Amino acid sequence: MAGRGSLARRDAVAAWLFLAPSLVLFITFTGLPVVAAFLISFTQWDLFNPAKFVGLGNYMTLARDGIFGKVMGNTAYFVLASVPAQMVLGLACALALNRGIRGQTFFRVAYFLPVVTSTIAAALVWAWLFNSNFGLINALLSAFGITDPPRWLGSTTWALPAVIVVSVWQNVGYAMVLFLAGLQNIPKDLYDAGAIDGAQGWRRFYYITLPMLSPTTFFVLIISIIGSFQVFELVFVMTNAGPANATNTLVFYIYQNGFQFYQMGYASAAAMVLFLIVLIATLVQYRLQTRWVHYG
Amino acid sequence: MARPGRNGAVDWLIFAVLLAGVIVSCGPFAWMLATSIKPDAEVFRFPPTLFTTDPQLDNYREIFSAIPFGRAFVNSLVVCIAITLAQLLVCSMAAYAFACLDFRGREPLFLIYLAALMVPPQVTIIPNFILVRSLGWIDTYQGLILPFAFSSFGTFLLRQYFKTIPKELIEAARIDGCAHWQIYLYIVMPLSRAALGALAIFAFVSQWNNFLWPLIVTTRPEMQTVTVALSTLQGQYNTDWPLLMTGSVLAVAPVIAVFILGNRSFIAGLTAGSFGGR
Repeated sequence: MAGRGSLARRDAVAAWLFLAPSLVLFITFTGLPVVAAFLISFTQWDLFNPAKFVGLGNYMTLARDGIFGKVMGNTAYFVLASVPAQMVLGLACALALNRGIRGQTFFRVAYFLPVVTSTIAAALVWAWLFNSNFGLINALLSAFGITDPPRWLGSTTWALPAVIVVSVWQNVGYAMVLFLAGLQNIPKDLYDAGAIDGAQGWRRFYYITLPMLSPTTFFVLIISIIGSFQVFELVFVMTNAGPANATNTLVFYIYQNGFQFYQMGYASAAAMVLFLIVLIATLVQYRLQTRWVHYG
Repeated sequence: MARPGRNGAVDWLIFAVLLAGVIVSCGPFAWMLATSIKPDAEVFRFPPTLFTTDPQLDNYREIFSAIPFGRAFVNSLVVCIAITLAQLLVCSMAAYAFACLDFRGREPLFLIYLAALMVPPQVTIIPNFILVRSLGWIDTYQGLILPFAFSSFGTFLLRQYFKTIPKELIEAARIDGCAHWQIYLYIVMPLSRAALGALAIFAFVSQWNNFLWPLIVTTRPEMQTVTVALSTLQGQYNTDWPLLMTGSVLAVAPVIAVFILGNRSFIAGLTAGSFGGR
């Protein structure tokens, strides 16, 4: 008995020794910073003068800040346009590849290539493609007889859609791979049973594939929403949030206030808004996946 | 399956659409490469030429003198390799404790580590910047490396894998008098090569492409990583598209090469445990 007790105690000592490096790093670079970000959001702090407590001041300013309103509108537009597009295209690619089409590996690699690419490099080549004077896209448009193509990144109307296109381009492959894994988990006998009941084509897709795929779909949806709310690098390279804040998004606004204007308190308050959104999305996933989602 | 003729035609149509899709997904890379070898004058011709008849490699020389791009490459390599090795060590140690050891507080602590996955990196970036700055770590390797030396995702991934190792194996080793560090080093780690490989790939690629953190903790060009150097290049030569495309080609080439060589473990790594997040 005594032997087992000391063995358990030795296990515990070993456990904390194994955990020590991760604990130190976790507390230093994640745990404390989360608390600190929350506290800093109640201050006015430019790093050069002492921080000043302003209570909910930053949050009140955010609520009245016209640019922040525009930023949230842009971010919502970005999320609402890019998430459905990348999910539908990703699912379509996955369904096509799941038919056992020849060259499956080649297509998977080709569609996944943008996912592994540095977003900075991707944004640069797309900025060049969208260049209004010498870009390939406008050259193609004029070849099809469009004499007055949009000025894309220089246009308040077209800059955000252009950024959305690039984001969708970069993320379709990721959705595709997740959907493919989901499709391959659907038991074959379900389709056989469905075939006996006369489920073919669209009916088969609607009554078997879609419900069985719902855990994957829900997961891809939440991951895409969270990812889209964090768009930054595309905006940084392609438009620098312009023209006239037409492409300014939440994370860019945090970066701008924190590291260009040195308003650490205000930037932290905006970061808390982002945190809240991501938290809600994650909790919704956690709570609802059991209710909405059909598991096989 | 029942009607091969019809399915055959549908499959050919799908095949054609998929091929068209490849032009969209890979076209930009071809355009990057094509632009990087064009003579400057040819770039500003409208309509543009698809492929130049007069390819030249001047930009691949010029870029290393325009900015310290070679140094940026070394920096990226140092930072990515250090972070990858650190994550493999730190995460596997934590995962061993969570998967193979009994101790009070195990489940709550694991939940706290997991909860960190919900925190967007942009939330902690301001306090981390203030911390690193007050330590005098701006423009240092430790400032670039240490904040990423641990990953909740990596710990989760390895713990799931370690749990699949038969308990009997570990108990037998204990009875033979093995200490935990020996079990960890000689039994668990060698058996987990696949998971460690997936984590290594994921860590390396995400760090190679990481941008915001290296952007804010470097001020001197000599300490910039490849992605930051690329954005500096854009700031200084914003209409020199051949040069910018040259930088882009060099920035994406290593990752694409590794990806094409090992695409299976690569995709497995990047979507591991479906917990992802890029």
